[in-house]
Amino acid sequence: MIRLETDVLVIGAGGAGIYAAIAAARDGCSVQLIDRSLIGRGGATVMAQMTVSVALGAQCPDHWEHHLADTLAAGRGLCDPALSQLLCENAAPRIREMDAWKVGWAREDGHIKQVHAPGHDRPRCVYVDFLNTGPAVSRTLRAQLNRIPAIRRIGDVLITDIVVHEGEAVGAVGLHLVSGETVALEAKSIVIATGGLTRLYRRNSGSLNMGGDGYALALRAGAELVDMEFVQFFPIGHLAPRMIGMDPIMWDPFRYKLGGRLLNAAGEEFADRYGQAESGNYVLTRDVATYAIYKEVEAGRGSPAGGAYLSFAHVPEAELRKAFGPVIDRLAKNNIDLTKMPVEVAPIAHYHMGGVRANAAMETRVPNLYAAGEAVGGANGANRLSGNGITEAFVFGERAGTTAAARAKARAASGWNDAAAARALELIGKRSQAAAAPNTAALLIELQALMSDCVGPFRTEDKLQQALTKLQQMQRELGPLPAAATQYDMVCLDWFDLRNMLLVAQCVVRAAIARKESRGAHQREDFPGMLPEWNLNQRLSWREGELSLERVPAVQPAAKVA
Amino acid sequence: MTTKTARLHIRRGTPGAPARIETFEVPFTPGQSLLDGLRWIRAKLDPTLAIRFSCINANACKECMIELEGKAAYACTERLREGDMHVAPLSNKALVHDLVTEIAPRDERLLD
Repeated sequence: MIRLETDVLVIGAGGAGIYAAIAAARDGCSVQLIDRSLIGRGGATVMAQMTVSVALGAQCPDHWEHHLADTLAAGRGLCDPALSQLLCENAAPRIREMDAWKVGWAREDGHIKQVHAPGHDRPRCVYVDFLNTGPAVSRTLRAQLNRIPAIRRIGDVLITDIVVHEGEAVGAVGLHLVSGETVALEAKSIVIATGGLTRLYRRNSGSLNMGGDGYALALRAGAELVDMEFVQFFPIGHLAPRMIGMDPIMWDPFRYKLGGRLLNAAGEEFADRYGQAESGNYVLTRDVATYAIYKEVEAGRGSPAGGAYLSFAHVPEAELRKAFGPVIDRLAKNNIDLTKMPVEVAPIAHYHMGGVRANAAMETRVPNLYAAGEAVGGANGANRLSGNGITEAFVFGERAGTTAAARAKARAASGWNDAAAARALELIGKRSQAAAAPNTAALLIELQALMSDCVGPFRTEDKLQQALTKLQQMQRELGPLPAAATQYDMVCLDWFDLRNMLLVAQCVVRAAIARKESRGAHQREDFPGMLPEWNLNQRLSWREGELSLERVPAVQPAAKVA
Repeated sequence: MTTKTARLHIRRGTPGAPARIETFEVPFTPGQSLLDGLRWIRAKLDPTLAIRFSCINANACKECMIELEGKAAYACTERLREGDMHVAPLSNKALVHDLVTEIAPRDERLLD
């Protein structure tokens, strides 16, 4: 066993985790930044294609209250207003800090350029050309990170459990993937920044490591999860023809800059049938677009691969090249010529509105345990506004790092207790010798198929119940102990992933079964309307090996914002 | 779409033990990546095959570096093709397991 000790432990090295580590070190703490993958390579941040929303006022006058009003409206009455306000009010300082760190926000006429994304009342989204926001953000944060000696960066460590002693978080237990060794990490405070749960779905825009780890860690440690039924599907994920070396959400920037036409198999625009007409500009919000595409496919008007066509054939070649120069060449290598052919797109799991319940200081209900970024639930309610994902990574990361540092400084020691860690350590140490171990890689694919087919954006009681039964069956199939581990043992890694993913999937399904209405990203075909009596947030907690669900009235904003 | 077959010869093993070449017949439709093929092997034939990757298709994480026909390549941007393909771990990095090598910067490793 390998023992580590630090003031602040940050789990997950995407945008939120790196920002948290920088903030905690800035306040004088020692930090260990742990990732199951390589530092700054996994997660969702590096995958971001374009928009980062912020009321900067660079393109036109703006105020964070306008950004907040749009965020709350998108959230369909379920946002935690304190978290939404934190996000919007603190966006500008973070975006300017990133600018000072030379991220390279696109500029025009001497100011930072802001584009108008669907759901916003004005141009508010900054970006880095071309399709380079995520890589530029990751590179910039890494450069800052690498300059701070108080932060120890450790990759290839999978955190398997938070250790709780006398009701307080005192550290974590993990598996060092490269050696197969068990790791015990003592910490005075802990930040969970592991992102969302896109990996639960077959087609998704996240990284492999977004299997909801942090939700499961927090839940088992005694924290609450909130709004778990709200999984955001990005409507125009690339579907066909098969491309390589391209991010499936790459068509979003194309829509921002060039509009594009969303067409059914008959070559007709169809968004107007679902309440939002487009006339060459990109105004369709994510939930409406997802709904419209599903309904067209269901009505037999889908594209051959089962989605919609997205066409830029009306855009002159010179304009395409001006907007996306090098990307046009990468498309050509994939045999795609946008002047001659449409591509096929379909909804793809993209983001999770739900997550760990935290207050505006990013504290969970477990002392010493914090959350940051997409791992936090509540800021975006039932549907996230375009551009708020990277912004919340920066803002919540900075805030979690600052409050976790203050907490660590106030504590003399971690309070680590070997007996409290024993069960988690044994799970890695004592392994199943079962001969008939399931094919874990196949089980993962089965889980993704189940979630996509039964717990996608459109839900019914029957399918959700079917999913719940199947999840319980898969749980039994997985068995109570992981397989024997060696160096970089994929079967053992899959076991720990499935342990978390099956638990998190059950949280999504349980909350989706309970919410008998349709709202934002949660659409019940058997309960089509949005109902005022469902202005409620659902919270999940883990009590004696069982999930427990409770409903609380959604908090309304204190005063009507601008 | 017509299905073709790639014959993947994969160099496998752990440090200190002699490497072995294992051959897998992988069905594919034109356009699919080598990483698609390696993931198919794990799900259908052998879940113990070790390969490091994170972003799956975007070529953003740069973690899936391997050697194809003796040259460094990303598994996610090489296409499966009919006939023989020879896949091995990076030869200039320390071997961890099968196709996984130690590619993390030295100061980001837990053990040295």
